[in-house]
Parts: sequence; C-alpha cells; structure tokens
Amino acid sequence: MKSPSHFKKDYYGGALMVLIGLAAIYASVQYRLGTLAHMGPGFFPCAVGALLVVTGVLIAASARAETAPSGPAVGHAHGMPDMRGAICIILGVLAFLLFGEYLGLLPATFAIVFISALGDRSNTWLQALLLSLAMMAIATVVFWWALQLQLPLFKWGA
Amino acid sequence: MQSLQDLWFGFGVAFQGTNLMWSFFGVLVGNLIGVLPGMGALSAISILLPLTYAMHPVPAILMLAGIFYGSQYGGAIGAILLNLPSHPPHAVTCLDGYPMTKAGKGGTALGITMICSFFAASVGILVMVFASPLLTEIAFKFGPTEIFSIMLLGLLAGSTMSRGSPLKGVAMTLFGLLCGVVGTDVNTGSFRFSFGVPELSDGLELVAIAMGLFGVADFLLNVNRMKVITANTSLRIRDMRPSWAELKEAFWPMVRGTGVGTLFGAMPGTGPTITTFVAYALERKISKTPDKFGTGMIAGVAGPEASAHSKTQVDFIPTMSLGIPGDAVMALILGALLIQGIQPGPQLITDHPDIFWGLIASFWIGNVILMVLNVPMIGVWVKLLQVPYRYLFPSAMFFIAVGVFSTQNNLFQIWEVLAFGLIGALLMALDFSVAPIMLGFVLGPMVEENFRRALLLSRGDMSIFVTRPISGTFIVLSALLLAGVTWSAWRGKKRGKPQESVADEVLASAHVVPPKQVGQGV
Repeated sequence: MKSPSHFKKDYYGGALMVLIGLAAIYASVQYRLGTLAHMGPGFFPCAVGALLVVTGVLIAASARAETAPSGPAVGHAHGMPDMRGAICIILGVLAFLLFGEYLGLLPATFAIVFISALGDRSNTWLQALLLSLAMMAIATVVFWWALQLQLPLFKWGA
Repeated sequence: MQSLQDLWFGFGVAFQGTNLMWSFFGVLVGNLIGVLPGMGALSAISILLPLTYAMHPVPAILMLAGIFYGSQYGGAIGAILLNLPSHPPHAVTCLDGYPMTKAGKGGTALGITMICSFFAASVGILVMVFASPLLTEIAFKFGPTEIFSIMLLGLLAGSTMSRGSPLKGVAMTLFGLLCGVVGTDVNTGSFRFSFGVPELSDGLELVAIAMGLFGVADFLLNVNRMKVITANTSLRIRDMRPSWAELKEAFWPMVRGTGVGTLFGAMPGTGPTITTFVAYALERKISKTPDKFGTGMIAGVAGPEASAHSKTQVDFIPTMSLGIPGDAVMALILGALLIQGIQPGPQLITDHPDIFWGLIASFWIGNVILMVLNVPMIGVWVKLLQVPYRYLFPSAMFFIAVGVFSTQNNLFQIWEVLAFGLIGALLMALDFSVAPIMLGFVLGPMVEENFRRALLLSRGDMSIFVTRPISGTFIVLSALLLAGVTWSAWRGKKRGKPQESVADEVLASAHVVPPKQVGQGV
C-alpha cells in the first residue's frame, strides 16, 4: 500500500535535488569559475551543484526501479502536515517578526505563543491565552531582565 | 605519563567555580529538555547555543557538552518509560526498555541505563585521554590534501551510514555544503549566493539552520499528529536499584556495547543511531535466547545504552583533534567553538589545553553529576514527560524565536529559521533525513578551503589526492565505502527489497515496528 507513495516521493525528491543543483550551477557560473590551480569563487559551488544533479538523477532513477513496499520507516514523519497547525506556526513566526520590529518583546511573545497554540486542535482559547501570559512572564524575567535581551518590552514604530 | 599530568591539570580547570557551575547547569538543563517529549539533544543544544555567545570559551564548551550528555540520558527516560524515543538512537532502547516498564521493572531499566552510561562514558574518557595525543601527533603531518581527503571520508560516512537511503543522505550533505557556500568567499572576498541581501554576507546563521531543521520543521510535521501520552508511571528511588542477578546479566552486554561505541566513535561520520542498532543486533546474535529480545531483556537495554554513551565521548576525539565532527550534534559543538574563535584541530590541544583537558575532566564530573542528579529527580522527570505537546511546541517556538534573535540581536535570522523550517519539513515529507545538512554546512567552508589550497599547491594536479600516502588511504577507504554501499543497495534490490539502511534492517529483523518518532537526527 505504501509503494505508490514511496515511488512518487523519491521521484519528486530526486527532481527537487536536480533543480537545486541546476540552480546552484546557474548561479555559480555568474561568479568566476577559474582553473583547477586557481579556483575562482564559483568553482566549488558549481562542482557541488553538479554532484547534486547526479545524485538527484540517481534518486529518481532508483525510485522508478523500486516497487516493493518499504520496510518500517524510522524517524520520518510521513504524509502531509496538519494544515491548521502548520499555518498557525508559520503565522506565529511572521507575527513575531512584525510585532518584534514595531511593538516590542511582549506583544511579539504573546503573538507567537498564542497563534501557535491555536494551531493545536485540542487547545481552547483560554488555554492558549494562559500559556501566552506565562511565556510573557518568562520573557520579562528571564530574557529581558536576567539575560538583558536587546529588545525593549514595548516600543512604537521601528 | 604526560597524559595523566595533563588530565590532572584538566581537573583543576573543571573544578573552578564558574566552570563547575556551568557544567552542572548544562547537565541539568540538558536532562530537563531531553526528557520533554519531542525534544532531543539537537534541539536542546540549538536552543541554548545563543546563551554561550557571551561566555568565556571554557565554560561555554563545558556547558554544551553537559547539555549533550544530559539530554542523551534524558532521552533514555522517555524511551524506557513511555516508549517515546525523542532522540533517534533511543529507538532500540524502546524495544526492550518499554516491555520492562510494562512488567513493572521500569525503575530497574533506568538504573541499569544509568550504570551502563557511567561505565561506558568512563571507558570513553580513558580512550580519549590516551588516544587524542597520539592522533594529534599524526594529525600534525596533515596538510590541506590530507584534511580534504579525511573530510571527504567523514562526509561520505556521515551521509551513507545514517538512516534512510544512502543516496538521499549524500544529497542532503551536498545541500548542506551549498548552504555553507553562502556569504563572503574567503579567498576573493566576493559575495556568493547572497541574493542581494546584505545580512547574508556573513553566511547563514548556524543556530538558525539548526533550529529551523530540528525545531520548527518537526513542529510543522507533528502538530496535531503526536499521540497523546496517557501513561501513569510512578517511580520511587528504591525501584531504581537493580538486583545482583540483574547486574550480572547486564555486565557483559555493557562491556560489549562499550566496545562497539568506542569503535564507532573513532570512525568519523558514523552517527549514534547506527551504533546503538549495531550494539542491539550484536546482543541478539550472541544471546542464547534471541527470541526473547523485544520482551524486556536487560541485555537489550544495557548494550545499546552503553554503546551510545561511549560513542558520545569518543566522538569528541575526531571533533577536537581533527576538526571533523562525527554527527550533527558534534557539528553544532564544532560550530560553537568556531564562533568562540577557536579552530579545532591538531593545534587545539597545545594552544588551548584548558579547553581540551578541562572538557575531558568535566565529562567525568558531569557524568557523576548526572548520576547524582537523576536518583532524586526521577519523580520530577516522570512528571515532565507528561507535559502535553500542545503546550510544549508554542513555548518552544517562543524560545526559538528569542534565542535566534539574541545570536545577533537581529530579527533577520528568524526569517532564516522560518525558511529552513519549511525546507526541512518539505525534505522530511519527501523521506530525506535532514541531519547530514548540518554536517555539510559546518564542514563546507573547511572542505572548500582545503580543496582549493591542495590544488593550488599541486598546480591543479588532481592526482595529488591519491599519490600522497595518508590522503590516498582515505580516498581508498572512501571508494571502498561507496562500493560497499552501492553493492548492498544492489543486492537489496535483487532480493526485491528496497535498501533502507542497516539500522532499519535490524529493526525489521526484530519484527518490531517502532513507534512514530519525533526527533530527527542521525
């Protein structure tokens, strides 16, 4: 039951590596390549990119050959991530960036904890709120007061 | 004995008030984070790495080492009591540790683990004391050619002998090498891959990559996917003392596990996961009752745990004396040293004896602290194990954001975390193991520099890598490794079974499907 998805994954994975490798080659050709004895800045990334393309092709090629179901997979998180959770985590980070830039440490702390906590389906609004308040306390005591983090608690504008 | 004198000096360094305090703090916090579900050594070190920037190098490195083995031990607690390996090497400990818990002997398993880890770490430290100066002597003969070749071997071993498909490991290492290229080229001073962003001219931030790959990426994939922990375990100190018969049962597996760990630790690039799997497989092979493995055999806990801890110690030898990290965790510690302005390598022992010998001595002290700490604290750890994931990951997101900000007091690095979190999640969803990226990233600049220097010296003649004897040996070893991996992959395919890795094969042969894992690492 796993074989089609495994097949596809390796196929896409290999293609992705080829793409990254090609991009690296493309970018490094714009820097000077130089000769083997006197390498320019572009030589090493170009070589690594080329190797990555080869590896990517091999990954995709072996994906085509493999049809048997794979053994027990260790340590890989399979499948698509939970959309609500993932989006909330990303939004939380973006909110931290925005609030950290314009409003200060405490609003940013509140935003990242509160928004990420709402990503978990079993958290209620109240639990998320309490957790963010607790983290705001830690932010003030540990990071702002004890570690002297260079970010004011509150500010207005960049 | 020069070594013993130096070690004595090291104890002097490690026992200094501040150093001892930071070492203790590292062990405590590492243990604490290691116990938390979903957090392994990698996340613990990357979250606390920014703290060390403002510190003196000696306490900084002592603290990081403390975090490392503290979190490793903490991971074993989760594996044994809740069948939850937060650090991949502990996946095998689950196989026999959790059945022991179910049989009401979880305390004994923890006690055995503690004794094994102390024994193994002590042996590892002894090996370190006597092997490092020898290795350093050899390493002084290394020129750029040799360094490039041994790094090549390390990178190859690191990428092919970890978990998952070897090809994908190689791809990830190459990707890591590319990430290391970003920034200013040391030889010519031109910016590379900086996309016109001035903040990228100093290269990507180590902590940001680590937290993105091992923190955010994991959260992205695991949110709402973690199983709810409902185990009700209560443990008392009394339960942790194993009986005499149990100790005897654990003794030889412990010695063998230590041997396996020492051997693998000396090889650059072999991760701890493969070490524990090999130790487990060895115990099963030697045992008179191999069928009983997986039902709570003491040997199945003692062997792997001992191997993990001796490997941890011995791993510091190539990291410190050659500057070649064995796995992603070592790569992080190496990165921390570089940030402190200390170049690991043969000169480290002579230039910074306080760091090297202080570190060795602090291992011993740290392991004693670990033992002393865990006996009374076990009740607290059990409570911590039950912290729900839904509170854990939002708090961790905050710590990551603030921690990364504090590295350079700049919000820009948080963008890097987000980017690498997304990249990591995508790669993991495609069945890539992200740990080799770290290895490639840290070694990348060194590989490039030595490659360029070697070819500059030989006037562009590639044969220099083969004709110089030491370098040639490493190249031959790399070629043998590649041939071996290719051959076993080809053989695996012929049998109609895709080659995952030795580690997965062992698991498959144990007929146990491991629980879904949280942490990512080699």
